[in-house]
Amino acid sequence: MITGWFWADVIVKVILALAAMIGMALVAIYAELKVMSHMQHRIGPYYAGGRWGWAQPFADALKFIQKEDLVPEGADSTVFRAAPYIVVAATFATFVVIPFSPSLVARDLDLGVFYLLAVSSLTTLGVLMAGWSSANKYSLMGGLRAAGQLIAYELPLALAVVAVVVQAGTMSLVGIVEAQAAPITIGGLSISLPFLLTGQIVSFVIFMVASVAELSRIPFDMPIAESELTMGYLTEYSSLRFTMFFLGEYAAMISMSAIAATLFLGGYWIPFVSETALLYFGPFILIAKISLLVFFILWIRATWPRLREDQLQDMAWRWLIPIALLNVLVIAFFKVVVF
Amino acid sequence: MNEEYRALMHRSEVAVSVELQTQDMTLNIGPQHPSTHGVLRLVAQVDGERISSVEPVIGYMHRGYEKLAEVRTYAQMTALVNRIDWVSGFASEVPFIVAVEKLMGIEPPERAQWIRLILTELFRISSHMVFTSSYPLELGATTPLFHVLRERERVLELIEGMTGGRFHPNFNRVGGIKPAAGGGKTQKKVSMDIPEGWLEATRAAMERVLLSTEQSDTLVTGNELFKARTVGVGVIPGNKAIEYGLSGPNLRASGVPFDLRKHEFHLPYDQVDFNVISAPGGDCYDRYWVRLQEIRESVKIVLQAIDKIPEGPLRAKAPRVLKVPKGQIYVRGENPKGEFGYYLISEGGQKPYRLKIRSTSFSNLSILPWVLKGALVPDLVAVMGSLDFVLGDVDR
Repeated sequence: MITGWFWADVIVKVILALAAMIGMALVAIYAELKVMSHMQHRIGPYYAGGRWGWAQPFADALKFIQKEDLVPEGADSTVFRAAPYIVVAATFATFVVIPFSPSLVARDLDLGVFYLLAVSSLTTLGVLMAGWSSANKYSLMGGLRAAGQLIAYELPLALAVVAVVVQAGTMSLVGIVEAQAAPITIGGLSISLPFLLTGQIVSFVIFMVASVAELSRIPFDMPIAESELTMGYLTEYSSLRFTMFFLGEYAAMISMSAIAATLFLGGYWIPFVSETALLYFGPFILIAKISLLVFFILWIRATWPRLREDQLQDMAWRWLIPIALLNVLVIAFFKVVVF
Repeated sequence: MNEEYRALMHRSEVAVSVELQTQDMTLNIGPQHPSTHGVLRLVAQVDGERISSVEPVIGYMHRGYEKLAEVRTYAQMTALVNRIDWVSGFASEVPFIVAVEKLMGIEPPERAQWIRLILTELFRISSHMVFTSSYPLELGATTPLFHVLRERERVLELIEGMTGGRFHPNFNRVGGIKPAAGGGKTQKKVSMDIPEGWLEATRAAMERVLLSTEQSDTLVTGNELFKARTVGVGVIPGNKAIEYGLSGPNLRASGVPFDLRKHEFHLPYDQVDFNVISAPGGDCYDRYWVRLQEIRESVKIVLQAIDKIPEGPLRAKAPRVLKVPKGQIYVRGENPKGEFGYYLISEGGQKPYRLKIRSTSFSNLSILPWVLKGALVPDLVAVMGSLDFVLGDVDR
């Protein structure tokens, strides 16, 4: 029965989750500024906030918000205005099913993985809307590139996840974490390991490649490609809307890393830690794993140039999808026949 | 089948084919665009991502140097000519001053010539380092920029230490170089020569430059994604390169080992030992590779020049008021970007009658419509960057 308390509960949860998402996105932005600076022999932000420039992301966000809120004359203004909300909302929605500890999960859906895949690809819809409605050719090309990228990368991403689901035997994310915590017996030795170490390494690599493509980050940042399309689908955006895209992008990076951490690295669980300790330290363990993956993504950005759209399609269709299919087959074989 | 029916069929066929036609999109790239190196404008007809034709529109930065030359004295001109290609200022000063010297029949002293050679090579290193740092950036790799530019700073410091300017040295004088103990009263001021310790500092800086080329090798040259973006992209065969008047590294990357430093030089290039780098491919990767190797060759030249530089005066005797006798001359030199030449006509007097500037980037740019036909939009950036032009050099 829905009572007043239900809504109070929902509102508190949403506000907390929103604050957590924005906070983590800001931390990710700061991490990107600092990590890339040090990789490039720079100091990076130093003055904002006093110590190591910790307030730089806030300063950036405030600066963006102060700018004039422009809607181009020829733009489809409803779609143009709606696009950033879709991107942020879709990213936000992925956090619903991610378990931060055995009890700290907004909603443990039985179809959690399915929901994740469905919702996270909605961001591309927002990007396509932004590209289409901006009345700018660069934006249009950026939006179409994003759409092409989605089609190419949704499939290997889903297939990589399917392999995990086959091994775990459940689509619930809590269930997947518990499946990794469950001990497996090898020759009398009982041990529990994350899926990454129990046969999912191929899925993990495919998942990471595909998620970097879905996040449109280097080497797959063709939808933005500032040296080709000035800023891609973001070209005409300014002020709060740009900030939302910006935050959404980094929040998506966090959420993708959280998904990867949950599916392959054991989520909130690590070996040799008791169930009760996980209740309290679960979120920190997950955040540590997320940080590791985010650092990895930043590292890639500091090292590699950008690929071309056709090369990405080539890679996806010719390599990743066949390998992912084969991987599912192999995992299913082991699941059914061997274990 | 009656006539009416046939006409109807024909019309419907036409209707269908009209419906299936798509129109190319005109994509206006520039003049304000992150990767057009300033204010180049490209009007591209694109079919999706594929470019069916591209037309460069230049002139947004036309400053009229050829006309300016006609109302300026020869001494004033050196300040202007190093602003044509600002990345390699000194290298474009030299041919002009050599043209004036040849018309006047002045031979600069040995030491001045060697200093000119060293500075030219330092500017070549600096210019090529701008390329090796910014070209990966255009392909999306941000890190090489910082690593390479950090070492380029050492070269700029050297240039500043010698000439006082980082980009616009304005260091050449007719008959030698600037810190000249000329005739008359100035003879007493002997203070001006190469700054103390400069040659040793140069030797140290060259070590750093070599280090940076090695870093480029590990970070960029062997990078699979960099190769994927550049190998086989924007291929210019040797004969096409000659047809379009390409020169410098762009020509040598197309398999034509033509270097004016070997063929027609005004500085003592015959006394130093260096190789002409060329690559057979003619693609973007080769153009990058040739420039990277040329940095190493230039370092070799500079190190040899430091050992060989003779003592002596820095400036030959030249009149205070330069009056160039009647005559005309074409002098060209190997600029970092290619052949850079001046066609100077003098009718006597203190000012040139006419100065035609053969600027490198203008000719190098002219191949863009040919090489970009059928390329993809991302390749446009890759090819444009690999040609390494400077807009000031295109528009003059």
